[in-house]
Amino acid sequence: MRLSMSNTYRTKNSTGLINKNKKINFSFNGHTYHGYEGDTLASALISNGIHLIGRSFKYHRPRGFLGVGVEEPNAMVQLHEGNKSEPNIIATEVELVEGLKAKSQNCWPSVQFDIGEVNNLLNRFFPAGFYYKTFMWPKSFWMKIYEPFIRKAAGMGVAPLQPDPDRYEHNYEHCDVLVVGSGPSGLASALAAAKNGARVILAEDKANFGGSLLTDEVTIGNMSGKEWANDTVAQLKSLPNVILKKRSQVFGYYDHNMTVMIERVSDHQENPSKYTPRQRLHYIRAGEVIVSTGSIERPISFGNNDRPGILLASAAKEYMTVYETLVGKKPIIFTNNDTAYSTALEFLKNDITPVILDTRNNSNGELVKEVKQKGVNIRFNSGIADTKGHLKIKSAVIGELDKDKENFTSLESIDCDCICMSGGWTPTVHLSSQAGNKLKFNEEIDAFVPDKKRQRESAVGAANGSFTLNQSLAEGFQVGFDLSNKFTNNNIETNTPNSKEPKYEKHERLWCMPLPQGKKPKRFIDFQNDVAVSDVELAIREGFRSIEHVKRYTTLGMAGDQGKTSNLNGLQYVSNIEKKIVPEVGHTTFRPPYTPVTIGAIVGREVGNHYLPTRKSPIHNWHEENNAVFVAAGLWQRPRYYPKESENMNDAVNREAANVRTNVGICDVTTLGKIDIKGPDAPEFLNRVYTNAWLKLPVGKARYGVMLREDGMVFDDGTTSWLSENHFHMTTTTAQAANVLSHLEYYLQVVWPELDVNVLSTTEQWSGIAVAGPKSRELLSKLFPNIDLSNEGLPFMGLVDTKIDGIFARIYRISFSGELAYEVNVESNFGLHMWKKIMDVGKAFNIQPYGTEALSTLRIEMGHVAGAELDGRAVPFDVGLNGMVSKKKDFIGKRSLSKEAFTSEDRQTIVGLVPLDKRTKIPEGSHIVENDKVASPVPKLGHVSSSCWSVEYNNPFSIAIIKDGKNKIGKNLFAVSPLKDISIPVEVVSSHYVDPDGERVRS
Amino acid sequence: MLEIKCPYCGKRSQNEFSYGGDATVKRPTLGKEISTEDWDNFVYFRDNPRGKHTELWHHVSGCRQWFKASRDTATHEIFDTCKMNEAFNE
Repeated sequence: MRLSMSNTYRTKNSTGLINKNKKINFSFNGHTYHGYEGDTLASALISNGIHLIGRSFKYHRPRGFLGVGVEEPNAMVQLHEGNKSEPNIIATEVELVEGLKAKSQNCWPSVQFDIGEVNNLLNRFFPAGFYYKTFMWPKSFWMKIYEPFIRKAAGMGVAPLQPDPDRYEHNYEHCDVLVVGSGPSGLASALAAAKNGARVILAEDKANFGGSLLTDEVTIGNMSGKEWANDTVAQLKSLPNVILKKRSQVFGYYDHNMTVMIERVSDHQENPSKYTPRQRLHYIRAGEVIVSTGSIERPISFGNNDRPGILLASAAKEYMTVYETLVGKKPIIFTNNDTAYSTALEFLKNDITPVILDTRNNSNGELVKEVKQKGVNIRFNSGIADTKGHLKIKSAVIGELDKDKENFTSLESIDCDCICMSGGWTPTVHLSSQAGNKLKFNEEIDAFVPDKKRQRESAVGAANGSFTLNQSLAEGFQVGFDLSNKFTNNNIETNTPNSKEPKYEKHERLWCMPLPQGKKPKRFIDFQNDVAVSDVELAIREGFRSIEHVKRYTTLGMAGDQGKTSNLNGLQYVSNIEKKIVPEVGHTTFRPPYTPVTIGAIVGREVGNHYLPTRKSPIHNWHEENNAVFVAAGLWQRPRYYPKESENMNDAVNREAANVRTNVGICDVTTLGKIDIKGPDAPEFLNRVYTNAWLKLPVGKARYGVMLREDGMVFDDGTTSWLSENHFHMTTTTAQAANVLSHLEYYLQVVWPELDVNVLSTTEQWSGIAVAGPKSRELLSKLFPNIDLSNEGLPFMGLVDTKIDGIFARIYRISFSGELAYEVNVESNFGLHMWKKIMDVGKAFNIQPYGTEALSTLRIEMGHVAGAELDGRAVPFDVGLNGMVSKKKDFIGKRSLSKEAFTSEDRQTIVGLVPLDKRTKIPEGSHIVENDKVASPVPKLGHVSSSCWSVEYNNPFSIAIIKDGKNKIGKNLFAVSPLKDISIPVEVVSSHYVDPDGERVRS
Repeated sequence: MLEIKCPYCGKRSQNEFSYGGDATVKRPTLGKEISTEDWDNFVYFRDNPRGKHTELWHHVSGCRQWFKASRDTATHEIFDTCKMNEAFNE
C-alpha cells in the first residue's frame, strides 16, 4: 500500500448527493484513496484525478470512464479478492464502501505499463475478422495453440476458483403495473397508477430515485425537479400498494410479461448482517410493464476518441451535480446538439470556462444563449480531428469544417484535460425490444423507438423518444392512469403538473468526424469491443451486407455492453457507406441480460445440498447408523452396500449377495413407485396398459406386468396386485415412477375418459421391505405365527393382509432376486419399526442387509431385466419378454410390434456373457465384436448392459444385447472397451445364468 | 416463462406444467385393424405449424389434470385453455 492521495477534483458547491461528513477508504491497483458516502467507485476515482482504469479488449489501449452508469463500456474492474473476487464489474455501478478493493483488468504487468499494448502498435495486423482469418489452419492448432492464446490475449477479468461464499436469494412477485426507471416519466406513471389503486412496483437501477431530475435544472409545479422527485417518492412510499426498489435493475423481459430484476441488497453495506443476501433476484410477473428507462447519450467518432478523460457530456454533468466531482479543470465540450450546453453551465458554476465546439452552423437554443451571455466563445462549425495524451488526454487537434463537413479547413492544437462529447440521445429500448416490440425509426430524433408491441408493455418518456419534460410527464401520468384502470374501478386520475425547462434546437445529423489530412487515427464506435470506423468499412468492403453479419464480423454491439452507446453510431455509419437510410439497414437484436448479472444470483440458494431435494426412506437413519454407503437413485438416497471394517465394495457386495443365496437378506425397497388404482373399469384399464392379460386375475393375487409406449418400446415393468374388487396396487421401477403416473393419467383423462378409474401415487405412503433367501419363509413364520406361509398357503405371486403389533401389514410373495422371497409393506411411519423387528428375529437366520449393488448382482445372475436393458430401444422380443405379450387382446403399443423392423430375426437380443478366463470383469458399455484383430471400424454386434460378479459360480457374468443373440449362444466373441483399452474373450451363454427354470422362487 | 391458465386451478407459471403435444391427434380405436401407414402417422408424424396450435398440457406439479390449450407457436400467446371435455371459447 502506498500513501493516500488527495481528493482534489471536487465541485465548489455541495449540492449533490454525497455526504462529505463520511469519508470512505478504498484501494485501486494497490493504492489507497478516499472518497465519500454516496460516491461510486467511478466518481471516487475521478475525484482523485484518476481516469485510467483499464486496457481495452483487443488493442490494450489505455481507457478511462466514458459514462456514469449502466452505459459504461470501458471501466470494468476486478472487485474484491479471494473467494469474493468478481470480474468485469462496471465501476460506475459500484457504490463506494469502506475497504473496497478494485483492480484493473486486461493488463500486465500494470495498467500504466501493459505489454499487451503491442497489439495497438500492430493494430493494422488486427483488423475486423482477424481471428477468423488468421487462426483457421491447421485445424489441429485450434484447441492447443490458438484458443488458449486468444483467451489469454483477449482477456477480461479472472473468474475466482473457489466457491462463492455469499448468499443470494430468489423472490417471486406479482403486480398490476411494473415501472422500470424512476425518471420524470417513471415517477409520473407510478404515481398515477398507484393513486388509482393499482399494485405498483417501481424499480430504479441507481442508489437514488429521480433519474434526469437529479441533474437537470427544471421546474415542476412550484418545485425544482429534484424536490418534485423527492416529494413524489415520499407520496409513493406512503401508499400501501406500492413497492419501491432502488439499486434494482430489470435486466430481462421474457414471455407473458415475466421480467427479471436483480437487486443489490448489501453490496453497498460495510457490515451486512449474517443472513442478509448479497443480491436478490426477483421474478416479477406484471400485468403491465411501463418502460421508462430513459435514454443514453451518443458518443461522437473522431481520431483517438477513446483516451482516458474523454467522456459523455451528460456523464460529466452527473459527476458534477450528483457526485460533486469534476471530470477535469480544462474541458473541451464537443457537441452536435443543445443538451451538452448544460454541462458547460455546470463547469461555469465552478469558475471553469470550457472550450465549446459545435458541429452545427449555429443554434439559438435557450441554453446556448445562456452560455453565450456568460461570455463563452462558442466555435460553431467545428470539430475534433485527433487527440494526444497516452495515459490521459493532454490536447486535441481541432478545426473548422468545410461546407459539406467532409474535411477540416484548418487545424490547431489546444490543451485540455478532458473532452465532454455529445452526439445526441438514444432511447433505451432494450426491454421493449426483448419483449418482442418491433422498433421503428424516428427521424426527428434519428433513433429507434418502440412501435408495435407484442406483450403488455408501454414505453413512456425518453425511452419512447419523448425528449421534453412536458411530454415525458404527460405521457407518464396518462399511461400510468390508463393502464391502472385495467385493474381497478376507482377511476382516480392524477393531474399532470405544469413544468418548465429550457427549449432545445435540433441536433445535427453528424456523428463521425473526418480524418485529419494524411493521418489515420482510429475513430472508435464500440469502445467495449474495440470496433473502429475502419473495421465497419472493412466489413462492408468484404461484402458483409446484413447488419447482423456486420455485427458478428466486427463484434460491434455484442457482449456485456449490448451496444448501449455504440449501436446507433454503428448503424448510422453503415447506412452512410451504403447510402441508405438507417431504417433500411435495420437494427440488431437486443438480448437479455441488459447488464451483466452475477452467476450466483441466477443460481440463488439452489447450491450444494439445496441443488435438488433429497428423498429419504423412513429407514434411512438405520442405514446410516449401520455404515451404509449411499447412492443417488433419482432424488432418492439408497444404501449401495454396507461395508464391514476393512471390506472394500466388491467384498461387501459379494458377501451381501451370497448371504441372500444361502441364508436370508433384507433390502429397503421403499423407493419403488406405487400407484393405487380404483374403479369398476380398473381391470379393463390394466388390460389395455399392460401387454399381458389382466381380466382373469383373481383377487388376492399379484402379477408381473410389462407396459409399452405406443412405439412398441418397453416403458416400464412391475408387479400389480388385485387387493379387492375394483382396487389394485401397482408398483413401478424407482426411476419411472413419476412418468408411469403421468402416462396412466394421460390415457384416463385424454384417450379413454369413459373408463371409470382413479389413479393416485402412494409411493410415500408405503414402506417396502424385501426379505429374500432360502430362510425367508422360516424367518417370517416366526414373525407372523398366525399366517400360513407354506407354498400352498401363500404361493408365489400371492399376497396376504395381516397385523403385527397393531400395525397393518401386507405380505407379497414376490421376488426380484430370484430366491424364495417376500416383500412386507407397512405404512411409512412404521417402516423403521418393521425393519428392526425383522432384523431382530432374523439374527437367528444370519440375516444381513443388502444394498442396491447386491440387488443388481442377484437380478443380473437371474437374467432379470432392469433400466440398463429397458433403455427405450427394446421391444419385448429383444429382452426376452415375448412370453409376456398377449396374442389375443390389443394394448398400448401392440400395433407397433408387428412392424417389419421389430420382428426381424437379426434384432439385437438379450444374452449372457462369461469371460473365458473366468476372472476378468467386463466393463458395462463394452462393445461386442466377432473379431478384435481386424481394422476399425469393427462391425459391432451389440453392447454390454449390466455386469456383476456371480456369487453363485464365483466368476464374472454380464448381460449383453447382441445381434441375433439366440443363435450366438455357445459362441466365443470379444468384449471390447476402447475407453479402457481392453479386449476380453467371452463365451455367449443364456441370460438366465442361475436357476433358469425359476424353481427357487416357487419353492 | 409462460403463464398458463389451468382450467381447474387458474393462472400458474409454466414450471408447474409439462407439455403433451398436439391435442387434435386421436388414438386409433383399440382392437381395430389399422394400416401401417395410418399407425405410423399416429405414432411418429406431427404437424409443426407456425401460429395457432391446439395442444395438451399436464398440470403435473398441481392438480395433475391434462387439459387443452390454444397457443401461438411463434409468439407464445395463449388464446384459451379448456378442460378435455370442453371446447375453446373462441
